[in-house]
Amino acid sequence: MRYLPLTETDRKSMLAAIGVRSVDDLFVDVPATARRAGPVGLPSFQGEIEVERAFQAFARENLGTGSAPSFLGAGAYRHHVPASVDALIQRGEFLTSYTPYQPEVSQGTLQALFEFQTLVAMITGMDVANASMYDGASGTAEAALMANRVTRRKRAVVSGGLHPHYRETIATYARYSDFQVDLAPPDPTATEDLAARIDATTSAVVVQYPGFFGQIRDLAPLAAKVHAAGALLIVVVTEVVALGLLKTPGEMGADIVVAEGQGLGNQLGFGGPYLGLFATRDSFVRQMPGRLAGATVDVEGRRGWVLTLATREQHIRREKATSNICTNSGLCALAFTIHLTLLGEAGFARLARLNHEAAMALAERLGQVAGVTVVNDTFFNEIAVRLPKPAAAVVDDLVDAGILGGVPVSRLYPSEPALADLLLVAATEVNTPDEIERLAKALAEVLS
Amino acid sequence: MTTTGHRGLDHEEPLIFEQDSPGLSGVDLPLPKGGPDRLGGLGRSRPLGLPGMAEPQVVRHFTRISQRNYAIDAGMYPLGSCTMKHNPRLNEKVVRLPGLGDLHPLQPVRTVQGALRLVDTLAHWLKTLCGMPAVALSPAAGAHGELCGLMTIRAAHEARGDARRKVLVPESAHGTNPATAALCGYDVDPIPANDRGRLDLAAFKAKLDGSVAALMLTNPNTCGLFEDQVIEAADLVHRAGGYFYCDGANFNAIVGRVRPGDLGVDAMHINLHKTFSTPHGGGGPGSGPVVLSAALAPYAPVPYVVHDKGGFRLIESDPKAFGRIRAFHGQMGMFVRALSYMMSHGGDGLRQAAEDAVLNANYVMARLGDLLSPAFLGPCMHECLLDDHALKDTGVTTLDIAKALIDEGFHPMTVYFPLVVHGAMLIEPTETESKASVDQFIAAMRALALRAKSGDAEFFHESPTLAPRRRLDETSAARHPVLRWRPPAPPAAAAE
Amino acid sequence: MSARRYTKDHEWIIVDGDIATVGITDFAQEQLGDVVFVDLPAIGKEVTKGGEAAVVESVKAASEVYAPIAGTVVAVNDGLAGEPAKVNAEPFGGGWFMKLKVKDPSELDGLLDEAAYRAFVAESH
Repeated sequence: MRYLPLTETDRKSMLAAIGVRSVDDLFVDVPATARRAGPVGLPSFQGEIEVERAFQAFARENLGTGSAPSFLGAGAYRHHVPASVDALIQRGEFLTSYTPYQPEVSQGTLQALFEFQTLVAMITGMDVANASMYDGASGTAEAALMANRVTRRKRAVVSGGLHPHYRETIATYARYSDFQVDLAPPDPTATEDLAARIDATTSAVVVQYPGFFGQIRDLAPLAAKVHAAGALLIVVVTEVVALGLLKTPGEMGADIVVAEGQGLGNQLGFGGPYLGLFATRDSFVRQMPGRLAGATVDVEGRRGWVLTLATREQHIRREKATSNICTNSGLCALAFTIHLTLLGEAGFARLARLNHEAAMALAERLGQVAGVTVVNDTFFNEIAVRLPKPAAAVVDDLVDAGILGGVPVSRLYPSEPALADLLLVAATEVNTPDEIERLAKALAEVLS
Repeated sequence: MTTTGHRGLDHEEPLIFEQDSPGLSGVDLPLPKGGPDRLGGLGRSRPLGLPGMAEPQVVRHFTRISQRNYAIDAGMYPLGSCTMKHNPRLNEKVVRLPGLGDLHPLQPVRTVQGALRLVDTLAHWLKTLCGMPAVALSPAAGAHGELCGLMTIRAAHEARGDARRKVLVPESAHGTNPATAALCGYDVDPIPANDRGRLDLAAFKAKLDGSVAALMLTNPNTCGLFEDQVIEAADLVHRAGGYFYCDGANFNAIVGRVRPGDLGVDAMHINLHKTFSTPHGGGGPGSGPVVLSAALAPYAPVPYVVHDKGGFRLIESDPKAFGRIRAFHGQMGMFVRALSYMMSHGGDGLRQAAEDAVLNANYVMARLGDLLSPAFLGPCMHECLLDDHALKDTGVTTLDIAKALIDEGFHPMTVYFPLVVHGAMLIEPTETESKASVDQFIAAMRALALRAKSGDAEFFHESPTLAPRRRLDETSAARHPVLRWRPPAPPAAAAE
Repeated sequence: MSARRYTKDHEWIIVDGDIATVGITDFAQEQLGDVVFVDLPAIGKEVTKGGEAAVVESVKAASEVYAPIAGTVVAVNDGLAGEPAKVNAEPFGGGWFMKLKVKDPSELDGLLDEAAYRAFVAESH
């Protein structure tokens, strides 16, 4: 067994040093009825050759987005990740270290987190960001809880343009943490009037930018109304690359910004692990969940970093903590940091522009397909199109043509028949004009 | 002091923002066409302030700062309750295979049958090792698993019209336990430990009534001990109509030797990043699947995988499920790594791993017991808990020992946890340390203990002296938080 | 002005007319270590005797500060926001927490005087 360094001789001498005859004597506190002597009913150990073969077999039964033209988005996006990102995050010093509880020997992780926090604050246009959350959806639920603490109210108004999984996640947290949610109906045209839903009990209004259906709206007028009512505006971004091109949420008056950071540095990976970005205003920092790295000096006066403001957290505050969260998405945050650092100001803007141009080409070309209507007046890299028949069946037919043609809205809203004909289609910098042409032709064929 | 500030292999490295060469980028992308956009007038006009760097600068930056981290690859990392064991690189290889790494979570289900079979295989291993019929895979970390478990319990009670308000949590529990219970809308009632470091069964009984939703018990517990009255405790909470939530953070001590299902557990999260060695990555991502008893299984959250004649399907909405706690299906990257780890070990190797982990911890206890003070008598599980009685009147604290260990080339053990033991030092060697490595750690600890007792407190207060940084000022960091870099004020503005 | 009185939770209180000043004791600040943050109540908040009124934090601990008597918060020590170290340096002076409008002066009778508080600290620690 290649991962176990103790030899039989070692084990014998160690048992002797302990003063017991066998390892069974170390398990004496296990009640007799629960001790298991025999085999566990699972296969025996295997070498790398066999294990790798087994995983290749798993992989072969899938159609990866790298092997077919793919236009899937809806909260997870395929982007080019520079080769150095993966090489750097696999350095053992990053990969195999723990949470930086001993700062003297964790300055690498702490400095990377400090840089990450700064990058997140910059791209969201906010004062301060934490060291990351599990993912965008759980981060959004945490933002709603934070707004309750800040406003001492307990009712969140949730946009119909918010990702349905995020809506379900907030609703679940709300049911068990005992606060109210007012879920506005799904809003493909982004014409809802959220201000009409705000009252004196509203703690937060939660909107997505760009919306789940791809629309982009100026949030400043809404922010003014939210603030006038004493509530907070939570802005959710599920495609972080959009921030390379768009006005920052902070510029439009956001109080908390939550984003899914997967789009930078992280593979699609069938949905996880992903990366929750979480940013807010300085004045709310003590109500913020999650870890924070901060700057300080050592006893010789040299600059260094530590985890700080830990009294908000569960290991000190226990049942009074701001959240039960105990981990962040450290390695995903590092991948994000390296990718965004490689891009820099110019590269990030160019990447975003390429995405937008690919989506403009997509929208134009799909709009020419008979029976297809583009719903959006505005978009970043994803659009909703209305089809003359249920989108799920169309997507299935496109698979036969070797194309992963988008996400049928019915996959996420199974009980909304009015949305059954809507298809979400995304294009990023990795989609070629040829792929867009193939999609349009296949779609025309499927619909004919 | 050198002219550069560097010290040999240890480089002083500025922040990326301090290395900005405006206009540079480390990624060559095609030139956009330009022209009109469809952003509705919401295009950004101001720069964000991101630094410009070329690829070699970026690679060097992150390489240099990485070298300021201790890592399990480099040495023993005996952080109790965290389980820092070897992270096999095979797992990193398979998680990146085309056809696994590049799957979108919302692809048509027929294009991801292999992924779903993989998830189902992982579930089979977890259920078999735990002796439990179901597992909810979506939680993103241990604490998220706790939340999932307690939400399942609350849903089960509510489904039978039996709303309950209270969760009983031992005082020795990890902070996430009470924090989770509170987040799930419960009042937390602490139960003291007995003098054997275990649940005080009499105190527990006294608090048990019809308002108790669950007992939340860590087993093996945070003191590194097996709760020998766990079956009685489970029976008692069941008779009172409550459920037994087990914090499975320490499951790695008993894999293959004890099945939680045989202990009366109704729900238990498994930290894949601990027990099954998915890398900790400097603080996550983790993964916290929750095994469930038959009574709780119907309330598990969406999504989950089922298997029938047509193949594997994903159930993404289910009225009986308590809800959803994240986007998409779960930490697939961690599932792949954990399954690769499990298949590499096999059922037999997993059991051997648990035994070696327990053996290494007891060996440390036996070799340190005469100089330092074990908190409790008897064999421990996978971690050895010392208190600071042996340091009394030396002027040396638990923290000082930890910092001195850094200079000896080790990562410190967990300190001041669990809270129920004064000056706790919780040492978890894990099964992937060789005897030579554990012996060297023991020798270092013995030397430090003797030095402390010899009256050389000053030495400890100065340490560490050989790390990239010496002790850092956490007080000023908290009093005047600096949580991000900001550009220096331009000279003109500063003069105003 | 009354003599300083104490609670077993290590708060002190001094009454001048119907206004009471509340802080934490020297012993409390020493136990806590370097104070890094004090979360003070809103002006106008009604506090009950023994109820949570403030939170005082060090790097690795957070402790509730309880109101020794019932009353309405009429002032808080804003200076602590920029200089929490005052709680360590001058616990009985510049490190005060809040002023309360006293609701029921008789509640003061149950509190410890200085000798009794000293004895309590000596005995329990």
